Amino acid sequence: MDSTGRIEVKDLNFYYGTHQALKNISITVEPHQVVAMIGPSGCGKSTLIRIFNRMNDLIPFTRVEGKVLVDGSDIYDKNTDVVSLRRKVGMVFQKSTPFPKSIYDNIAYGLRILGIKDRRILNETVEKCLKRAALWEEVKDSLGKSALSLSGGQQQRLCIARAIAIDPEIILMDEPCSALDPIATSRIEELIADLKDEYTIVIVTHNMQQAARVSERTAFLMHGQLIEYNKTTDFFTKPSNKITEDYITGRFG
Amino acid sequence: MKETVLKSFAATRRRREIWDKAMVTVLFLCAASVLFILFVILWHLIARGLSSLNPAFFTQLPKAVGEKGGGMANAIIGTFVLLILAVCVGVPLGLGAGVYLGEYAHHRFAQTVLFVTDVMNGIPSIVFGIFAYTICVLPMKAFSALSGGLALGFMMIPMITRTSEQFVKMVPNQLREAGLALGLPKWRVVTGIIVPSAIGGIMTGIMVALARVAGETAPLLFTAFGNLHYSQSLTQPISAIPLQIFNYAVSPYEDWHRQAWAGALVLIVMVFLINIWAQYFVYSRKRWSAGK
Amino acid sequence: MLREKITELKHQLIQDAGLVEDMISRSMRGLLEKNADMLYQVVKHQEPRVNAFDRSIDELCVETIARFEPVARDLRLVIMIIKMNKDLERMADHAVNISESGLYLIANPFIGSYSDLFKMGEEAVAMLKDAINAFVNEDVATAKSVRGRDNIVDEAGDVILKELTVVMRGKKDTIPRALALMRIAHNLERIADLSTNIAEEVVYIVEGRDIKHHKDEGPS
Repeated sequence: MDSTGRIEVKDLNFYYGTHQALKNISITVEPHQVVAMIGPSGCGKSTLIRIFNRMNDLIPFTRVEGKVLVDGSDIYDKNTDVVSLRRKVGMVFQKSTPFPKSIYDNIAYGLRILGIKDRRILNETVEKCLKRAALWEEVKDSLGKSALSLSGGQQQRLCIARAIAIDPEIILMDEPCSALDPIATSRIEELIADLKDEYTIVIVTHNMQQAARVSERTAFLMHGQLIEYNKTTDFFTKPSNKITEDYITGRFG
Repeated sequence: MKETVLKSFAATRRRREIWDKAMVTVLFLCAASVLFILFVILWHLIARGLSSLNPAFFTQLPKAVGEKGGGMANAIIGTFVLLILAVCVGVPLGLGAGVYLGEYAHHRFAQTVLFVTDVMNGIPSIVFGIFAYTICVLPMKAFSALSGGLALGFMMIPMITRTSEQFVKMVPNQLREAGLALGLPKWRVVTGIIVPSAIGGIMTGIMVALARVAGETAPLLFTAFGNLHYSQSLTQPISAIPLQIFNYAVSPYEDWHRQAWAGALVLIVMVFLINIWAQYFVYSRKRWSAGK
Repeated sequence: MLREKITELKHQLIQDAGLVEDMISRSMRGLLEKNADMLYQVVKHQEPRVNAFDRSIDELCVETIARFEPVARDLRLVIMIIKMNKDLERMADHAVNISESGLYLIANPFIGSYSDLFKMGEEAVAMLKDAINAFVNEDVATAKSVRGRDNIVDEAGDVILKELTVVMRGKKDTIPRALALMRIAHNLERIADLSTNIAEEVVYIVEGRDIKHHKDEGPS
């Protein structure tokens, strides 16, 4: 276990044009932890994790204030190479996003671009990642098939395999199970539990129980503010903030 | 209240049903007449052209008036050569521009390009011929296959640009983000993920453009010009089926008229085959994607 | 995830039960062997450890319910573990009571052989052991057999009570010792009752059926 994969956010403010989506957020994610972000729709939880790999750069008229450090270096520094940041901070999306390629090439594509051309190494890595994502047994005989022919849950696991293929330190998951049935969901959750030894995982979920099940720490955001950030067990048994308690007991939102 | 409504419904029921039937019939007739027109044209072509179709038509050069036999081998080959040249010009430029517009549409420059392609789409085909004449025939002081290919290629550009732009824009944004989130440079995402995702639509667009220019005569009149023999080089005039049809059709000879009909039939079958091939390409990709 | 939490819960409960079982045996053996150290150990060292288990199992149960929403058999298991934990904690208290009475008794000459009392103690420990085995193996037959044996202990208690009444009538200075013995018998009866509870809880976990006819648990 190495100690890389640490995220530190200090006094972060984020704006979409004139709308302030995040207000004064300070939060630290320790290496090899699973941190869940919950909160009502539009609370800024997705915006926050999309800051960690600078995905928000793609949206015009956004502005970031404050510091976001990944492994100690400021990712919004003008010298930061966004491409290598994103190799370090992988992401899995709400809707599974397999590329229109074969199962094999979905994983190998990123590796080839990284300059790995050796067929043997590619084969090994594809196998290793598919095994890691608990998908190998289901697809090992059909690696040449289109990734789009897989079921939703399999596609999502393929996306996780693809993300870990380029060996990131942090994996961001933006509501990875919201389009999946309960069985596929629990497979992804088991996978998360399994992956945390090697990766720091930040998961955004609208499903509070999922946050409770998979994470070690839970952050609760509302109206762009971080209301509570606590050990998950304490968060769900004795939250320290009244607003948290009202939210998780369903008194509003 | 409820009862009066129900009553009035019952009273108008008969009228409603008649109207409904009438409207459906009108729409059906519209659809049927589309098919009808197409079949009349085809029937006409087959009736007049089929009798002149024989192996010689595909293998021999045109013969002088009065001589029996002869064919359009030079024109058929010429059309293929011109189409290949047109594809070489039109596809890279059109596709490149289309992808650019689809991916970077918020740039000001992109808006301008978009406007220009729309204008270009409305330009009469003969203008493309004049343009190619000006930039190619005049400087080279000769009609040539090259200039003909150029004219047809330019014609394809706006069509391909528009369709590729639209299909690239239809690729879900999450796929783009997924690529970038893997740490792929933007151009890799575009070439390796976005374009392959949109390839079905793009191919259809290219095929439609190709089918359209395959039948063009006007832009070839003063570029490819036509040739009664096989063209030996790209800098020489070259024949094409539409050109040959045009030349034969305006002639006073019955023999040539029949040849023109046969040429038209061959042309339409070619276009038809190109379309079928394009459909098959899209279909087989879809099948593969669905895991069959 | 849920499976790991449940494994952890079972593990802790079984350890806790082993400790309580040991406390009861030691409290009886200490009396038999007149070993004051052994009795002190029960009071000073083992009881705090049971209390620690009590807290940790409670917390783990709350966490499991809050985070993993167990349902069906898992839910029955967690809820019953909460109860068993309470049962075991009570048993530990009874073992402490026995040890304290034992400390008084071994400082004075014995009145009689106490052999009925030791048999009663052995039976109570055996009941606990079987109840816990039934829990580990999810063995309903064993669990149900434990219930019947509650009467044996109760009857043995009644016999001891009668004998001691006779002794006390004979010699007044035996009264404090007789009362201490009665207290031990009473605590053993309670231990047998609680073992029965555990056995019934095991049946509930496995079959989802409440087999308690009479829930007459008053304060001891």
